[in-house]
Amino acid sequence: MKKLLIYLKAYTKESILGPLFKLLEAALDLIVPLVIAAIIDYGIAGSDRGYIFRMCLLLVGLGIVGLAFSVTAQYFAAKAAVGFVTDIRCSLFRHIQSLSYSEMDRLGTSTMITRMTSDMNQVQNGVNLTLRLLLRSPFVVFGAMVMAFTIDVPSAWIFAVAIPVLSVVVFGIMLWCIPLYKKVQARLDGVLGITRENLTGVRVIRAFCKEEDETGEFSARNQALTAMQKYVGRISALMNPLTYIIINLAVIWLIRTGAIRVNAGLLTQGAVVALYNYMSQILVELVKLANLIINITKSVACGNRIQSLFEIRSTLLDGSKTPSSAGSEYAVEFRNVELCYQNAGESSLSEVNFAVRPGETVGIIGGTGSGKSSLVNLIPRFYDATSGSVLVDGTDVREYRLDALRSRIGVVPQKAVLFQGTIRDNMRWGKKDATDDEIMEAITVAQAKEVVESKGGLDAVIEQGGRNLSGGQRQRFTIARALVRRPEILILDDSASALDFATDAALRKAIRSMKNRPTVFLVSQRAASIQYADQIVVLDDGRVAGIGRHDELLQHCEVYREIYESQFKKEGN
Amino acid sequence: MANAAKKKAPNGTLRKVLHYIRRYRVFLALSILLAAATVAGTLYVPILVGNAIDRITGSGGVDFGAVAAILLQIGIVVGATALLQWLMNTINNRITFHVIRDVRDEAFRKIEILPLSYLDAHSSGEIVSRVIADVDQFADGLLMGFTQLFTGVVTILGTLAFMLSINWKIALVVVVLTPLSLFAARFIAGRTYRLFRLQSETRGRQTALIDEMIGNQKVVQAFSHETESQEQFDAINRDLQKCSLRATFFSSLTNPTTRFVNNIVYACVALTGALAVLGGWFSIGAAFTVGSLSCFLSYANQYTKPFNEISGVITELQNALACAARIFELIEETPQVPDAPDAAVLHRAEGSVSLENVAFSYVPDRRLIENLNLSVRPGQRIAIVGPTGCGKTTLINLLMRFYDVNSGSIRVDGHDIRTLTRRSLRSNYGMVLQETWLKAGSIRENITMGKPDATEEEIIAAAKASHAHSFIRRLPEGYDTVISEDGGGLSQGQKQLLCITRVMLCLPPMLILDEATSSIDTRTELKIQQAFAQLMKGRTSFIVAHRLSTIREADVILVMKDGRIVEQGNHEELLRRNGFYAALYNSQFENTGNG
Repeated sequence: MKKLLIYLKAYTKESILGPLFKLLEAALDLIVPLVIAAIIDYGIAGSDRGYIFRMCLLLVGLGIVGLAFSVTAQYFAAKAAVGFVTDIRCSLFRHIQSLSYSEMDRLGTSTMITRMTSDMNQVQNGVNLTLRLLLRSPFVVFGAMVMAFTIDVPSAWIFAVAIPVLSVVVFGIMLWCIPLYKKVQARLDGVLGITRENLTGVRVIRAFCKEEDETGEFSARNQALTAMQKYVGRISALMNPLTYIIINLAVIWLIRTGAIRVNAGLLTQGAVVALYNYMSQILVELVKLANLIINITKSVACGNRIQSLFEIRSTLLDGSKTPSSAGSEYAVEFRNVELCYQNAGESSLSEVNFAVRPGETVGIIGGTGSGKSSLVNLIPRFYDATSGSVLVDGTDVREYRLDALRSRIGVVPQKAVLFQGTIRDNMRWGKKDATDDEIMEAITVAQAKEVVESKGGLDAVIEQGGRNLSGGQRQRFTIARALVRRPEILILDDSASALDFATDAALRKAIRSMKNRPTVFLVSQRAASIQYADQIVVLDDGRVAGIGRHDELLQHCEVYREIYESQFKKEGN
Repeated sequence: MANAAKKKAPNGTLRKVLHYIRRYRVFLALSILLAAATVAGTLYVPILVGNAIDRITGSGGVDFGAVAAILLQIGIVVGATALLQWLMNTINNRITFHVIRDVRDEAFRKIEILPLSYLDAHSSGEIVSRVIADVDQFADGLLMGFTQLFTGVVTILGTLAFMLSINWKIALVVVVLTPLSLFAARFIAGRTYRLFRLQSETRGRQTALIDEMIGNQKVVQAFSHETESQEQFDAINRDLQKCSLRATFFSSLTNPTTRFVNNIVYACVALTGALAVLGGWFSIGAAFTVGSLSCFLSYANQYTKPFNEISGVITELQNALACAARIFELIEETPQVPDAPDAAVLHRAEGSVSLENVAFSYVPDRRLIENLNLSVRPGQRIAIVGPTGCGKTTLINLLMRFYDVNSGSIRVDGHDIRTLTRRSLRSNYGMVLQETWLKAGSIRENITMGKPDATEEEIIAAAKASHAHSFIRRLPEGYDTVISEDGGGLSQGQKQLLCITRVMLCLPPMLILDEATSSIDTRTELKIQQAFAQLMKGRTSFIVAHRLSTIREADVILVMKDGRIVEQGNHEELLRRNGFYAALYNSQFENTGNG
């Protein structure tokens, strides 16, 4: 959390003024019992009605000034808290955008989204509460004690004893309960888990007639939850009675001391009332403080999680070269490439060697988890090879400036993702200043022309996540998006899976006949999609099982033959 | 949702809540008694303190005997009050937690016997949130109701009574002024509501953007779109800052304002009290002493607190009742038709299945299946084919009796399945669905679901037969590897192999299989095919089929379209008919076949 506090710097003034005004208000609160004492000792004892009126007016005045102070304090606290979190959110968003695929895989999307949303809100709340209240409660508690000392030292010692004892009880019970609440939550999660399971798996559970077993298990978990809840309940139920006893013992002692001191003429009746009032204030503030500390602890935990996300740095180091269009013999070359994902035991790719000439089409085929996507992800440098090197135009991809490298590559990812906005907006992701003609050209190649027409042109709005499009339509648009930038290298990562065979074939043909035909990497499960490629790379378990043309592979590569035959059973002909 | 539930006769909900509480009525009565006693004790202490202060008038004028006696009284009252309070809290906890345990148990038991039609129509998230979040909210409301509402009301009434009995004129001042703080609080809450809505709307917009951009960040990076999305984000972020500041600030005015009103009340009590001590308009018959003033001042502090709390508690209670209404809606849902009392137990079936004049539809005005007849001899294979979404699962639903037919009958070995126990009917079927479902637990637990007493040898034999043994063995803990509900690190194909193993272990006489479509790679699919073939040997099988080979080998093909069975027959017959099947076959399979 500490490192986040630099973001508070921009709000230094607010962070100081907020608590300050809060303290001023609290100081006014502490004056009230003194005024009451004066009313009793001078107004009542002297039968001075005018004095009583004046003192009560003073009380009202204190109230008004107090209100003004605290409104000011709330404003500054709100401004600092909201501004603080706004700035952090902005930086964190930027930071997350700078992370590479490896870090994203490790963190997971939902974690990052939680950090950006609910954790931020929690931190904002925490900062706001801290600025408003963290100083106030201790101030009132100690202020009350200090005031007691100014009234009468022997009586004030009672405060000095009561406050630590109360603190121990209040904080002790809270500290005792916090881990127990976590246990309650864990057991609640257990109950939640079995409920969800019984809903998502209802058919299987009923097919296996497990209803009674499941009910029994649920009851057991539910009972365990209840037992834990009752246990925590019994402990937290101690708080009020215990503090009540302590504070009243202090009151009894206070009155006894007061009686002796008053009798001896060392103290007035009004002073005893004032001391009694101070004692009542302490308890309220201590309980508030304890609750506040729980809230702040939660916020600090959220803050720490946010900070730890900031501490994750991208493992990709940017290069400096801008690609020259000076042609090298090979557009893309893999030299002895090995890839091992972070935290993964085994390599996902090993000993990959092949080279592709400009304009060639490379088919990549293999089973799930054989490393097809991993292989193409190395070209735009979404991941770095663990060893060996990937060369684009004869230069190691790590030497390029990242945006310069990626701007030459059109990527069509497996998951067809589109963004909220018009079709044109989405197409311009590929090229920021693309004209409508350029866009339409790409859309035509991607076999998406009718889709655009049926939706009513480039201004048609795509809803978030492309909900208003079918899977095949989304896929065609993602292909068009990659084509808009006229890439030198086009990567289709299993991105024709939702297209029927005829469209798939038409698409491949259209790409082949493009002006400045790109070098194409075609990842697929379907042998039919890649069989006419200039080169086919067959992957099996991260290793190259064969490279060559369709008929060569059919003869020499067993893995390829197996895949092919499973899809083209003789019976089909 | 919440509003709809609220409108629905809250009295009814309250009655149902009371029904659950009735089991604990002894505790409830105790809790009420204890609350009254606790409040009385709490209110009596300031009076005693006041009395003691009155005995401490000035130098030499202290009646030590009387003071000591009063202090002893205070000690006793405080001790007793604290003890009773603890007891009350414990009892309240007990009632609350037991009530919600009962409610949850009941809700879960209901889930187990609800008809599939209900569960299919409601998302699991919605039902889970009823059983978990709504019940939790209900518990909070209940507990607050017990601890704060009741004691709060008693405190207000008690304070009023005590104040009135000491000096009704000053009591009147308090009574008239205190509601001001309530008005102030309500006024601010009303004003901030709009601001909060604006804030949550803006937050919603921001979250949507975050979801979109961070959720798809790989695409954002692939197209170097970071700057643009940052700009978009910053714009919303600034909007949020503005409205968040206003919402936070205005809502935080509640406390200072009510505190201000309380201070005014306090000043008025000090004024009128002090004047009353001196005698005059505010004094009544009995003497009003400095002790009485001290007592009144502490009452003035105490009196406003429950008011502020109660308005919060009432909102909470309304919310809790709305939640309770949603839970009761679930609990009161009509369960599936129970097994007939004389339902027969189907022992190991021969495997003949016949459908006679079956009609079925999910919604009354949309007919789906009408006049369906089908006769399956033991050991036959029935392939169900049709385009996606044509309702192939409907047939599974009927065979497994997840749904009942509307008219006609389904017979297994000649028995109408409605005359059999569901348990015995279902245990005669082995079912493997495409949507694989695994339980959170070990691989072993998942495999032995249908046969909990299976031996290690049986388990391994089943896993070997279904080609799952080799990958299970390679998992970190083998058969004891714990997987999460969604199957954790297992691939789709592996999950399906586990589901097949599950059925392989019990080997029931009839099968319902759902072939995978595309998400599985070819080689794993080959294994699954082999496993299916192994399973089907000599068993009556219904297969939702996608693969040409499966379809061609079937004894009967049911061709479905828009939920209806449009054609029925074997491959050659259907091709000759040149109808929908032939069209489907030509479009879907020929292409694949010829590349």
